Amino acid sequence: MSDIAERVKKIVVDHLGVEESKVVENASFIDDLGADSLDTVELVMAFEEEFGVEIPDDAAEKILSVKDAIDFIKANASAA
Amino acid sequence: MFDLTGKSALVTGASGGIGASIARALHAQGATVALSGTRVPPLEALAADLGERAFVVPGNLAEAASTEQLAKDAEAALGKIDILVNNAGLTRDQLAMRMKDDDWQAVLDVNLTAAFRLSRAAMRGMMKRRWGRIVNITSVVGVTGNPGQANYAASKAGLIGMSKALAAELASRNITVNCVAPGFITTAMTDALNDEQKQKLLPAIPAARMGEPGEIAAGVVYLASEEAAYVTGQTLHINGGMAMI
Repeated sequence: MSDIAERVKKIVVDHLGVEESKVVENASFIDDLGADSLDTVELVMAFEEEFGVEIPDDAAEKILSVKDAIDFIKANASAA
Repeated sequence: MFDLTGKSALVTGASGGIGASIARALHAQGATVALSGTRVPPLEALAADLGERAFVVPGNLAEAASTEQLAKDAEAALGKIDILVNNAGLTRDQLAMRMKDDDWQAVLDVNLTAAFRLSRAAMRGMMKRRWGRIVNITSVVGVTGNPGQANYAASKAGLIGMSKALAAELASRNITVNCVAPGFITTAMTDALNDEQKQKLLPAIPAARMGEPGEIAAGVVYLASEEAAYVTGQTLHINGGMAMI
């Protein structure tokens, strides 16, 4: 299960170009990691690709932090 | 300049005069092109004429599902959509007093809503690749208005506003969104005008002639090129001076 968390964090680090130490579970993409709204859309696209899940728009709107992403993927990804 | 080698373009309304000319011009600069439209025989004739790097992807833009499917078909044929040219358009001219809801809606659906749907579908890949060009073919009447064309003018003005919003959203990802606004161009659409209408029209055009489809296509090639990377949210008017905006 921690594997999912590591993969999510790696995507966030790669995409936002932030230091790994800042990508803690409680970090908000926008408030803590400097993402803009388009970045959050792209992160969701990257999660979909990495984990082979479809993240519907209403769920995507609720993925605001690293933890939100990990929780959603743990609950929904079969290929993870 | 304006080399499009390695780029892939979807052109809607490619069976029409301006659309076919745009597809030819993009192809001539080295792009691979997907030709879309509802009438398949002219698309196939054009593809055969272009030879390599040309695909036919028919599609009906009046419906959401078939429009989404067209985006998928084009991506499957091309591998990727780098350049999207929303050119398909129809007219249902009628004085507003007599215009039916159907005439209004049909024009808005194809000219504006389908352009949005295709843009939305194409921008996903463009964002990932950090490169994209969306060129929407609007019209001078979207800016000036024209009696009998409340629906058409609204759809074309809508394209300009939509393009500006998309341009603002996507500029940071190296995706530009622009419009080309033709004036009166010699096509099937303007052939429908009678001589009296044409005689009234020409004095309003400083260039004293109608435009040619190739003159529109040249503007599209420019906006699709690498060289136009810093041009976004703009409308390029190609109209012989009939409206100077």
